[in-house]
Amino acid sequence: MKMKKELSGYVFFIFALSAISVLALITLFIIARGAPLIAKVGLFNFLFGMEWAPSQEKFGIFPMIVGSVSVTLGAALIGVPVGICCSIFLTEFAPPALGNIFRPAIQLLAGIPSVVYGFWGLLFVVPFIRNYLGGPGLSILAGAVILAIMILPTVISISEVSLLALPRQYKEGALALGMTHWQTIYSVMLPAAKSGIVAAVILGIGRAIGETMAAIMILGNAVALPSSILDPVRTLTTNIGIEMGYASGDHQQALFATGIVLFAIIMVLNASAQYIVRRRGK
Amino acid sequence: MKKIGHMGGKIAKTLIWFAALMVLALLFFIIIHILVKGLPAIDWRFLTDIPRSMGREGGIASTIVGTLMVTAVAIVIAIPFGIGSAVYLAEYTHENIVTRVIRFSAEALAGIPSIVYGLFGFIFFVIYLNLGWSVLSGGLTMAVMILPTIIRTSEEAILAVPNSYREVSYSLGGTKWQTIVKAVFPSASRGVFNGVMLSIGRCIAETAAVMLTAGSSLGMPTSLFAPTRTMAVHFYILALEGISMKNAYATAALLIILIFIVNVAANMLMSKISAKESVKAKR
Repeated sequence: MKMKKELSGYVFFIFALSAISVLALITLFIIARGAPLIAKVGLFNFLFGMEWAPSQEKFGIFPMIVGSVSVTLGAALIGVPVGICCSIFLTEFAPPALGNIFRPAIQLLAGIPSVVYGFWGLLFVVPFIRNYLGGPGLSILAGAVILAIMILPTVISISEVSLLALPRQYKEGALALGMTHWQTIYSVMLPAAKSGIVAAVILGIGRAIGETMAAIMILGNAVALPSSILDPVRTLTTNIGIEMGYASGDHQQALFATGIVLFAIIMVLNASAQYIVRRRGK
Repeated sequence: MKKIGHMGGKIAKTLIWFAALMVLALLFFIIIHILVKGLPAIDWRFLTDIPRSMGREGGIASTIVGTLMVTAVAIVIAIPFGIGSAVYLAEYTHENIVTRVIRFSAEALAGIPSIVYGLFGFIFFVIYLNLGWSVLSGGLTMAVMILPTIIRTSEEAILAVPNSYREVSYSLGGTKWQTIVKAVFPSASRGVFNGVMLSIGRCIAETAAVMLTAGSSLGMPTSLFAPTRTMAVHFYILALEGISMKNAYATAALLIILIFIVNVAANMLMSKISAKESVKAKR
């Protein structure tokens, strides 16, 4: 019987190694495929090169880094305040009936394919920007609006969980001291839930940086430094998504190298989100 | 001073209500727009005919089959590894360096963008393991992608099982294995199911990773080694290249309906659990 117990433990342990091994394989294969090109071009030239012309062996991804950062910042500026408002709404203000519509709706929002958002952006957001604000419409602004919608479920659900996790005494104590409901939320609950909300924002930003297909549809994909938020841009993800279909040789390696940069950014973001959450746990 | 506080509170409350209702309105607008334009184009022929002239004519039968096959492969592969990991984390070990590394890996996997999974699936499954653009490559890539979701939701479900279940099983002379299979798992199974449903939804919705690994061939996939195009990829190509707005809307409407059904199934079981648990608690 002892044998059996030990045996099942080993079997489950082997299953449990799957996450580690898969992460190791992903890291290994993407680096093995992309690193030779970074070595060939030079890390500095790769990261800060202004020209991306695979046919002329020019592989500089600086415009895409700027593209990713600007679209993501825009999405966060719009999506984060709205998302936090929604999570406060759900925990503090929503009548139960409305909350029961809102939560599944947010879940549906999270489940809808990103390409559908891209399509909707192409139909409504892009023409609106072209007609009323100028430029080609396919732009940083259009991308920021659509990605803001797409990061909402992440921001809302994680902030909501951290608000709900607060001990009831915090709220009761503040109200008993004569604070108004809003004062309680603003000066007691939000500061107490700060680390969870920060983690929500970081994970939302990670989602925005990683989005590909919707971004391809609405960003315009021009490889150039944007001069305003109405200019089209290309991001790290869209660069891979657009060119992976036909790239070969050095060009394909350069796309994997783009993937390494993206992977590194995401790992840093995730590790910091985890660190913040852990620190709160202690 | 207090008056200003009250005013500020009112303004803040109004803003919060406004933001929440706006998000809700936007979501309904997106969904209703797609459904109104797409549903009229969905008929029996659309569901059962294969795409003709690049999707301009005909239906989407082969992409439906492709989606189901890729999803089935992903789920079949990810379930044993995901649930096995969760059982190990929740039942077999205490927090130590190994569990911390496992948890870190799962969290890290959850954050990796789908396009990076696409790159990995392409270089590992398609090229290195020589599976080519195929249902199998796409399904295996998706299995890797949904693994962290299944691990997390299963672990939460197992941890939520009251300790008394385990104690009773042990006191009756049950082994660890019997305890897990007969006492813990039945009680956790609905929570596990919820995670599986979410993962199915994710497989149906995924575009970038599947496009790089399963290909975009329009033919009916006849084996696991055949290339295929899933519905989401098909919709993307129809919409981006402007091949057929009518078929694009119809495909998008079908995708939204599928995701809706998956979500409802997941939630219905979840609410059944909480109802059952509360009954138990009263006893």
